[in-house]
Amino acid sequence: MILKTKNLNLFYGSTKAINNCNINIEKNKVTAIIGPSGCGKSTLLRSMNRMNDFIDSFSIKGEILFDEKNIYDSKIDATELRKSIGMVFQKPNPFPKSIYENIIWGPKINGFEGDKDKLVEESLKDAGLWDEVKNRLNDSALSLSGGQQQRLCIARAIAMKPNIILMDEPCSALDPKSTAIIETLIKKLRKNYTILIVTHNMQQAARVSDFTLFLYEGEVIEFGDTEHLFRNPKNKQTEDYITGRFG
Amino acid sequence: MKLIFKRKSKLKEIFFEKIFALCSYLSILTTVLIIYILATESFQFFKQIPITDFLFGTHWEPLLEPKSFGVLPLLFGTLLIVIGSALISIPLGLIIAIYLSQYASSKARRIIKPILEILAGIPTVVYGYFALTFITPIIRIIFPDAEIFNALSGSIVVGIMILPMVASLCDDALQAVPKSLKQGGYALGTTSFEVIKGILIPSAFSGIISSFVLAVSRAFGETMAVTLAAGATPRFTINPLESIQTMTAYIVQVSLGDTPQGGIEYQTIFAVAGLLFIVTLMMNLFSNYIMHKYREVYD
Repeated sequence: MILKTKNLNLFYGSTKAINNCNINIEKNKVTAIIGPSGCGKSTLLRSMNRMNDFIDSFSIKGEILFDEKNIYDSKIDATELRKSIGMVFQKPNPFPKSIYENIIWGPKINGFEGDKDKLVEESLKDAGLWDEVKNRLNDSALSLSGGQQQRLCIARAIAMKPNIILMDEPCSALDPKSTAIIETLIKKLRKNYTILIVTHNMQQAARVSDFTLFLYEGEVIEFGDTEHLFRNPKNKQTEDYITGRFG
Repeated sequence: MKLIFKRKSKLKEIFFEKIFALCSYLSILTTVLIIYILATESFQFFKQIPITDFLFGTHWEPLLEPKSFGVLPLLFGTLLIVIGSALISIPLGLIIAIYLSQYASSKARRIIKPILEILAGIPTVVYGYFALTFITPIIRIIFPDAEIFNALSGSIVVGIMILPMVASLCDDALQAVPKSLKQGGYALGTTSFEVIKGILIPSAFSGIISSFVLAVSRAFGETMAVTLAAGATPRFTINPLESIQTMTAYIVQVSLGDTPQGGIEYQTIFAVAGLLFIVTLMMNLFSNYIMHKYREVYD
């Protein structure tokens, strides 16, 4: 159990986005969060590395425990936390720097003193991008294709050696071929990382995840083993959603 | 059922197209005419005075005998003002822009932005008067041997004058950086300052640099405030406590005085204006080059 929520309620102003959520995220597994638009998937995900801190109206009740410590405790530094819980965003957002600089920027800023070239190579290899870019590491990251950019962003997250990687609809801006490459990558990454992925694509959830969480209007409707959830959903709403009757 | 539409008048369309075209040609025409006049009058001037004497002479005394036409004192006077005001407005403007775009609450923003706009709207003659009656006395307390008219006072007041422009343009440039880049930075466990320094400023670089260049061009062309603050003594010096004369201030002096039209004295202002034009044109070209070179394309 690497991450746990306890009676978690999330708010924007007076609007409740997540209602009383109690889930356990297992280490070195892929957990998918699915649900129709506006159900709170991204809000829940972003609360886990405190990316919601930047939204003024955001507030939280309850706890999120990472390694048994509440990450919203006043003693926890959000900046430190984000070193252990990395994130990949909906749209690829490489920095306007070289491919090499994109990977090394985070570690460098945080005082990395080891072999930079080696770290860049390892991270790019882990993200399955090395062979495509090894001869053009000094080219601008913006010259890469969308799919490559997203893998670069994954490599950038990996370079910080986090424990958890949060992925917020990482394939929604990509074509099917790039999506397939990233899905294969996610399955491979679980060996070393715990992954939470928000997706609006149920097939994707079924393909890549070990566990699936179905959210609807801020409520956890069903959470469990992906195969079980897709084969024998316990809840009528889950069944309706995954069979495409709504959403 | 078939819908029947009234035929639109093609003539009206053509009429408006021509009007719009005419307006844009008018601006080209004005530019061409200005360049033409500057060129022909300067040509007359350079027929009598060798261009090397003009460009490299260190003594500017075109109105009194014995006449000398070395433009370097005016150029140095101008550069003193430009460099001094840039030293004030560029760092301060960038800092204000960073504060406004990244740290300020929306309330603070609502107060500071309009104040900057007011500052930008004050007539330059008021700035000049402000320099003379407020800044200069302070300078003379700190540096008792400073002259009443001095380049330092002019630099400070021009710096304050172009500060809002730098701040506002840098603010725009920083705001234009996609939020996703900032979030990408924070997600790597970095602080606000690290994200600003490492991501935002490099991403907004082309906009920031072009704001600097625009501000400097403005300082080059500034006339009223520097004439009032820095005086009208063409002097080949780099001492900011002395009175100097800028290129623009000289043009004013001749234009307002009783210099007869057509003489060599009169033609000097076209030569000086031509030099000023070339310098600012080069700055603008440089700014365009930087903008294109460093512009990042986001979707």
